[in-house]
Order: sequence, then C-alpha cells, then structure tokens
Amino acid sequence: MTSRRREASIAAAIAVLYAALALFAPVFFTRENFSDLFLGNFPVLLAAMGATLVILAGEIDISIGSVFAICGVVAGVCAVSGVPLAANVLITCAAGAALGSLNGALVAYAGLPSIVVTLATMVALREGLRWATEGAWVQNLPGSFQWLGLSQSAYPLVAAAVTLVLQVTLAWASRHVAAFRSIFATGSDAEAARLAGIATARVKWAVFTAGGVFTALAAFMNAVRFNQIPSNAGIGLEMKVIAAVVVGGATVGGGRGSFGGTLLGVILLASVGPALVFLGVTSYWERALHGAIVLAAVTIDALAARAQGHRASGLGLGPRAKATVS
Amino acid sequence: MPELPLLRLDGLVKTYGAVRALRGVSFDLRPGEVHAVVGENGAGKSTLIKVITGAVAPDEGTIAIGGRTVAAMDPHAAHLSGVAAVYQQPALFPHLSVAENIALAVERGRAWRRLDWRARDARARTLLERVGSRLDPRRAIESLTMPEQQIVEIARALGSDARIVIMDEPTASLGDREVDSLFRAVAHLKESGAGVIYISHRLEEIFALANRITVLRDGESVGTCAAADVTRQDLVRLMVGRPLADVYPARTHAPGAPLLDIEGLGHRESGVHGVSLAVRRGEIVGLAGLVGSGRTELAEILFGLRPADEGTIRMGGAGVRIASPSDAIRHGIAYVPEDRRRHGVILDMSIAANASLANLRGVSRRGIIDRAAEAAAAARFVDRLRIKTPSVQAEAGTLSGGNQQKVALARWLATEPALLILDEPTQGVDVGAKAEIHRFMAELAAGGLSILMISSELPEVLGMSDRIAVMRGGSIAGLLDRAEATQDRILALALGHAREAAE
Repeated sequence: MTSRRREASIAAAIAVLYAALALFAPVFFTRENFSDLFLGNFPVLLAAMGATLVILAGEIDISIGSVFAICGVVAGVCAVSGVPLAANVLITCAAGAALGSLNGALVAYAGLPSIVVTLATMVALREGLRWATEGAWVQNLPGSFQWLGLSQSAYPLVAAAVTLVLQVTLAWASRHVAAFRSIFATGSDAEAARLAGIATARVKWAVFTAGGVFTALAAFMNAVRFNQIPSNAGIGLEMKVIAAVVVGGATVGGGRGSFGGTLLGVILLASVGPALVFLGVTSYWERALHGAIVLAAVTIDALAARAQGHRASGLGLGPRAKATVS
Repeated sequence: MPELPLLRLDGLVKTYGAVRALRGVSFDLRPGEVHAVVGENGAGKSTLIKVITGAVAPDEGTIAIGGRTVAAMDPHAAHLSGVAAVYQQPALFPHLSVAENIALAVERGRAWRRLDWRARDARARTLLERVGSRLDPRRAIESLTMPEQQIVEIARALGSDARIVIMDEPTASLGDREVDSLFRAVAHLKESGAGVIYISHRLEEIFALANRITVLRDGESVGTCAAADVTRQDLVRLMVGRPLADVYPARTHAPGAPLLDIEGLGHRESGVHGVSLAVRRGEIVGLAGLVGSGRTELAEILFGLRPADEGTIRMGGAGVRIASPSDAIRHGIAYVPEDRRRHGVILDMSIAANASLANLRGVSRRGIIDRAAEAAAAARFVDRLRIKTPSVQAEAGTLSGGNQQKVALARWLATEPALLILDEPTQGVDVGAKAEIHRFMAELAAGGLSILMISSELPEVLGMSDRIAVMRGGSIAGLLDRAEATQDRILALALGHAREAAE
C-alpha cells in the first residue's frame, strides 16, 4: 500500500537538485529563501494532502482551484466583517466541506464520473464566484487576520508546526486507522470493497468532503499572507496539486500512494523553479520541467510494474485493468 | 508418425519475485490432438498459458512454433503464429457486438480499410453455427450470459484459423447442452488439424476429450502420457504427489436449533420471489439449480447486495432487515462470492489487510487498527487454511487462484459468522484443494456454523449437503433430504419436468 521505493527515489532527486545548488549557487541557501519557498508552497501542500485522499480512493478532484478561490474570499469577507480568527477558520473549512461534499455526493450517490463532476463544478464555481464578487477583490483586511495576527517571523513557525502535525498524523493514520483502510480498499477495487461490507459510496463522499476541508485550509493559510484577496485565485492549482501527488507515487487509479510521497512530490516540484533561477537557467523552463518530472514518474511506475510482471498501473483516469498474475 | 509438432516448449522457467511459478516445463503439441494439462491450483498452468500467448516472457527455456524457435513472444506475435486462447472468464469487449468481437480477431488489413458489416454478421453467424449456437451476431457482448460469451470466444478462435487453441477451464460456467456443443467444436478443431491445449479440473472431460495428458506439479511437468494408458487415480496421484483420501468428508454432527428462517423472500428486479427456506445451526444446505435459476441472486439478497422487496428474514428467531452488506455482517452473515478471481480479494492489499477487511472492528480499538493483532490473526488463518505464502504481508495479487480463494474465506471466517454463504466454493479449484475446502466446510459445520452452499456440481451438492434446496425460475422448486437426494431427482426439480420428485 505504500511506496517506500518511490519515496526514496524522489528524495534522491531532491538531494541531487540541492547538491547542484550547493555546488553552483550556494547563495541559494539563505533563511529568507527557504522561508519564501515554504510559505509559497504551504497552501499547495495542504491542498495536496486532501487530493491524496481523493486519489487514494480512486477518484480525482479538479475543482480544487475554484474551491480554493471561493474559500479565500469567504475567509476574507469574514475577516473584514470582524469574525474572530478561530471562528473564521471554522467557517472557511465548513465552506470547503460543503463544496467538497457536493462533489462527493454527485460522484458517490449519483454515480457520475469524478472527472466530469469536478470539471463542471470547477467552471460553475469559478463563474459563480465572479458573478457574486463582480470580480472585486477583498480589501482592507484587518491586522488581526494577516499572518494570523502574529508577527511576520512567527507565522512561518506556526505554519511549519501545522505541516509537521498534519503530515505525521496523516502518515500514521494511513497505516493504523480503520477508516483509511477503507479508503485504500475502495481505491484498489471498489466492487471487492463493497462485497467486503465497506460502504464505498460513503467513503467516496467522505474523501471529497475531507478534500474540500484541506483546500479550504490551504485557501485560509494563503489568504493571511496578503493584504488583499483576489477573487480569481487558484487558477491552475489543481494541476500543481495533482502533479505533486502523482510524482509522490500515488497511482491515479487509486489504492496506492502515501502522504510522505506527496510531501516529497510538493518539495521537488516547488524547488525546481527557484533552482532554475539560481542556476542561471531561464525560468521559462519551469513548467516544462514539471511536465517532464510527472512523465518520468509515471513512466518509471509503468516500467517497474511491467518488470514485476504485476500489472499496468493506472496511468489514465479510468479504472485500472485489474488483471493480475496468479 | 513423427510429425513436426505445432508447438514445443523446452525447460521453461519463470519466477515472480520469490515465487517460482515455472521450474522447468517441457511440453509439445501435435497437429490434430487434444493435449490436456492438469495440475493443482498454483501448479503453474496459468503461467504456462501466459507464456504461450506471449503475455509474459519466460526467464529461461525455448518456445518453438512449427519447428521454428521464437525469439521473443508477445501477444501480437502469438496471434500471428496462430495461437488463440479461450479463457474461463471470457476476454471480450463488452460494448461491442458479437460480430465485431469476432471480426477483431479474424480480419486482417489496413487500419483505414472499408468495413463490410454484412459480411461480418454473416461470418459470425456461420462460425456460431459451427459450434451449434444461434446467437444474434448483432447483440452486444454485455447483454450475453457467461456461457454465451464463452461460445463467442470459441467461435472467435475457430474463425481466426488458429492452429494452437488454448482452452482454460472452458466448461466452468457452461450447462450440459453448451458443454456438448463445446465438445463438438473441439472435435471440429481436431479434424481441421489444429492442436488444442485443454485445461480443466474436471477429469471426466479430460478422459472424454484428450489424446495425451501432461501433469504439472509445483511448476514442473511431472509426466506426459497417452490418455488411454492412465486411470483417474493415477492422474490424481501424479497431481497431488500422494494418494487422495475419501472424496467427501464424513458428516457426523446433527444440525442444531434453527438459525436462518426466510419466508416469501423476493426481489422483483432479479426475478426471485416467494422463497422460503430454513437453515439450522451446523447445517450445510446445498442450493442447486441451473445457472440463472436465481441462486446467486438469492445469496445477494441475503447479503444485502440486493435488498429484498418482499418477505421476511429471521436470524436466530429475530426478524432482521438487511439493506446493505454491513447489515448482513452485523447479523452474522458472510458471503464468499462466485467470481473470486475478480472481486473476492483486493489484489493490491496484503493478505493481512485482506483477511481483516470485513472485520476491521474486530482488530481495532476506537478506529485504530492493532497491526500486530491483525498480522497474528492472519497468520493463524494462513496456518489453518494452509495458504501458501512467504508472509502475511505479501500482496494477495502474488498468490495463486486457490490461495486467493482461501484468503477470501479467511476474511469471512474472521467475522465469526453464524451463516456462511459460499457461491461455487470449488469452481476452478484442483482436486487437492477441493478436498481441503470440503474437509474444512465439514469442520466448520461441526463447530456450529451454518453453511448455504451454491454449487453447480451435483456430486459436490450430494456429498456435502445435509439438505438440498433446488431452485428454478427464481423460487425453490423443492427441498430434498440428504438420504433421499439423487442426481436424477435434483435435475428433475431443476428442469421442472417432474414436480412429484419433491413429494
């Protein structure tokens, strides 16, 4: 169920990247640089945690960017109207949960394919937000909202602590919590899981809902970094997030993947752009390199699967071929 | 006559990780013969087929087709060399029509050629007639029953002018009439000079069809002989490497108090109606009937996969409502479905995780799994059911079919059910494992577990059941006691031409 080998190879790729930086651009290694890199990608990591849950269950959510934008605006509006910070987090997460649960209900109970459902909600939610805000950004955020009301140097520590706690909890839970076992089972073979008495529809609904909460949290933690909140945030976020999860070793067909892998995937993809800048390569190559890394990851998966004589891994978005060698 | 063999395999070796699936298999196939391959589950038959069809490449050994050594076999090369396979689970395109499925295997030509639909239909019709079927070639595969799909596969193999036809358990889901037409098709292939590799656990069929028989054991070919020179006992001894004890275990325990009591049960959509049946504690009730008589559907109603829309279910005297599998599990009902190869176990998951999947509550506290307890429970089942595996952490996908089925059984025994529903528990299972499963069923029943066993194999139904319920057209056509049941009476009830047999 986990992919230790994948985690080791991404860790190696990250090590190579940083070794190159240490050799050719040691100026990269400054505290500010790492702090910026971390804060800029902290929201991506949070959203990727949620996306990992959805992908483990064998589904996909491409409405992440739109949910992110809506939740950011919700957080901002709450802040401007004087809602206290703790309540604001809860309201924003509830908004994310509601949107995720809408996706989840359509997939789990109406039986629609998740890529279609979330493509539709991606567009509908974004257009809905534009209509509601008329494109206006949320301005005049109170000081108690920015940086969670902390000093600009204390905030990264809080964010790091949140990351650590979530990362450790999820990694542990994915091995030891019964509910996670149901997610892996549903993603591996939904029909077999159903025959084993697992309420697979509820599992699917739950992962989308949880995914919505993680995206909301990401939006909140993103919003506090700026003094205004754009109503068109998060465009293309879903691609960043899904790429990181896939590079982290999760199979798109479901059932395989790990939160440690996702963390490493986010780190690798996040480091590429800045590394290019420091190594003197034009950063236009960043996205191409992202694409190449994703392709390399799935190709390695497919080759490894073939070498094992095991099965083709889910490279497409449809259900994986379940044929196996007995 | 020393004819050039159609196919010759020498010293094939194939390993998957730590499992040595083939450890030196040699085999040859002559024109116009049926060469049967027998062996227990896990003996290497599936892997052998995969090597011949090019689905996997052997680590060592040579493959020669028509006397020429093939350097690299892949499915396309195999197809061009005239290899065709008919599988137990038909491998057809469900959304395409019968004619299209046949055309895909038969037609050669450029990708942009014009398609002649009428010729396609006509050819499909001719091929189907040759195997004695009147299926409409324009029907979609997904609308066909399993036996009908199998017939299509055979017609397809006929049509592609295959010289080497592999049949893997082709009769597993066929009724008697279809078996007859299958046998005719095999004869037809023989006459045309093709060679047939015939894999089956049903030894009667093998003696009826085969010219020669090769026995595989633990990945090795342990002997090839002319079918006329061996007896059933010889074969079984070769297959298991030891003589086989009594075919069916003795049943000494008398059933106890009533456990399951259903009345007027039905589910309109699946055609099951008015089913009344009682099962006592420690009793094995056989559920016989033709394929399509509603046996599996009844099992699915009891397990909550098709919640009943009429009638009542009582467990231990108390009325229960079963609307989902989790309801069924809560009320002590377990169900091992028929198509274990597809959904009985989760191939990506470890044996331990598979074994605990229906009983996660049992191995966890407040939602947290005790992994040590889970592994220990799985190890006990590996021991008790003699599951062949290096470790309980091995993925279920690495096991042989028979061992996967034992894992599926372990999963349900872990829930400590009161009623175990088994759908074709020994279908496609070899003689040795079959006896093991039967012995195990008898043991469980002696321990007080009630078993409802669906089976198409009459000797099994007669040998294992305390009582036999025969289904026909969605309801129970009659109940027979062990003492009064015979193959003829069961068949008469199943076919419905002798109502008095039940009296």
